[in-house]
Amino acid sequence: MANFRSAPPIDMTPMVDLAFLLVTFFMLTATAIPDEPVAVDTPSSVSIIQIPETDVITITIDPKKRVFFNVDGQFTRAALLDKISERYGIAFTEKEKRSFVLMSSVGVPIGSLKQFLGLDPEKRKALEQPGIPVDSLNNELADWVLQARLSNPKVRIAIKGDSDADYKTVKKVVNTLMDRKVNRFNLITNMEKGPDAAAALANQQKELGHQ
Amino acid sequence: MAELGGGGGGGKKKGGKVRVKKSSTRIDMTPMVDLAFLLLTFFVMTTTLNKPQAMQVTMPDKPKDGDEQPEVNEKNVLTLVLGENDKIYWYMGITDPKVEVADFSATGIRKVLLEKKAELPKLIVLIKSMDEARYKNMVDILDEMNISSVQRFALVDITPVDKELVKESQL
Repeated sequence: MANFRSAPPIDMTPMVDLAFLLVTFFMLTATAIPDEPVAVDTPSSVSIIQIPETDVITITIDPKKRVFFNVDGQFTRAALLDKISERYGIAFTEKEKRSFVLMSSVGVPIGSLKQFLGLDPEKRKALEQPGIPVDSLNNELADWVLQARLSNPKVRIAIKGDSDADYKTVKKVVNTLMDRKVNRFNLITNMEKGPDAAAALANQQKELGHQ
Repeated sequence: MAELGGGGGGGKKKGGKVRVKKSSTRIDMTPMVDLAFLLLTFFVMTTTLNKPQAMQVTMPDKPKDGDEQPEVNEKNVLTLVLGENDKIYWYMGITDPKVEVADFSATGIRKVLLEKKAELPKLIVLIKSMDEARYKNMVDILDEMNISSVQRFALVDITPVDKELVKESQL
């Protein structure tokens, strides 16, 4: 009776089953956190609207007054780069196109985009990007937005600003959008908790009821 | 071990004949389980669960020449000027206004908004922002509009007159 003193056998199969089920679930639903060139701390709001997961242009504004542009979707990005290359007369190699499709936000002037895309991914990450020009004389952001909307007509625009970004830069970005007749856009914010949020939620639901 | 306290392979039976020792059909599942949990942990950690919220902003069309602008009674107009250091300067009307200052707390600008809203049903809020203001101020004030359910508000460019008023108030 060797089993007499030892613990009774535990069948671990259900646990393993569950573990693999969860692994599969997370693998299929996971979208990895994108590798952004700047960390942005968004302000919080009581708004409960979710931004769509696909077809979004994200314009990031950081505290150093830099503006970054991002659009999701590999096909959209490929089409966008083709349009940019046509408009500015810059020919990109296949490798550069590939790295543009796979990366996230860009924050370099179009003039130095080719050189930027030619860098190794490691070096590119280390590089301090100067931001996309949004001045009224040289407004490349307007072109990016226009060409992205031509590449994918369904895209929506979201502005992701840092809490400490200055209003001047935000105003430039908003004016750029308004000049292109984009009057409706989203501001990405964090969820706010507390009594304010509860009150606002009740308000929003009441308004929805009225409509 | 995945199989705790198991029989430990086909042992010899007591007093039985000596048989060819069968190799165990039990497989040690420990490495597999380890791997499964490792992957599980990895995916749980990297998944972005809390999706960011968004606030919808609809700006008016830029007025073209010849567009008719609706006229508004200045008594219904509340102007908020977002200044530096998270201050809000506010005044009612346009002619000879009295500038006051408020903050973003619940007893600050929200109280003003709720009071004015109760007083004037046709309240229109103009939000002007100085260049020194932070982006957070803009989001917060839009949020306040939402919380106090002010329906009519607009983000407007600041004018030199407003800057002058704020400067004169010395608040």
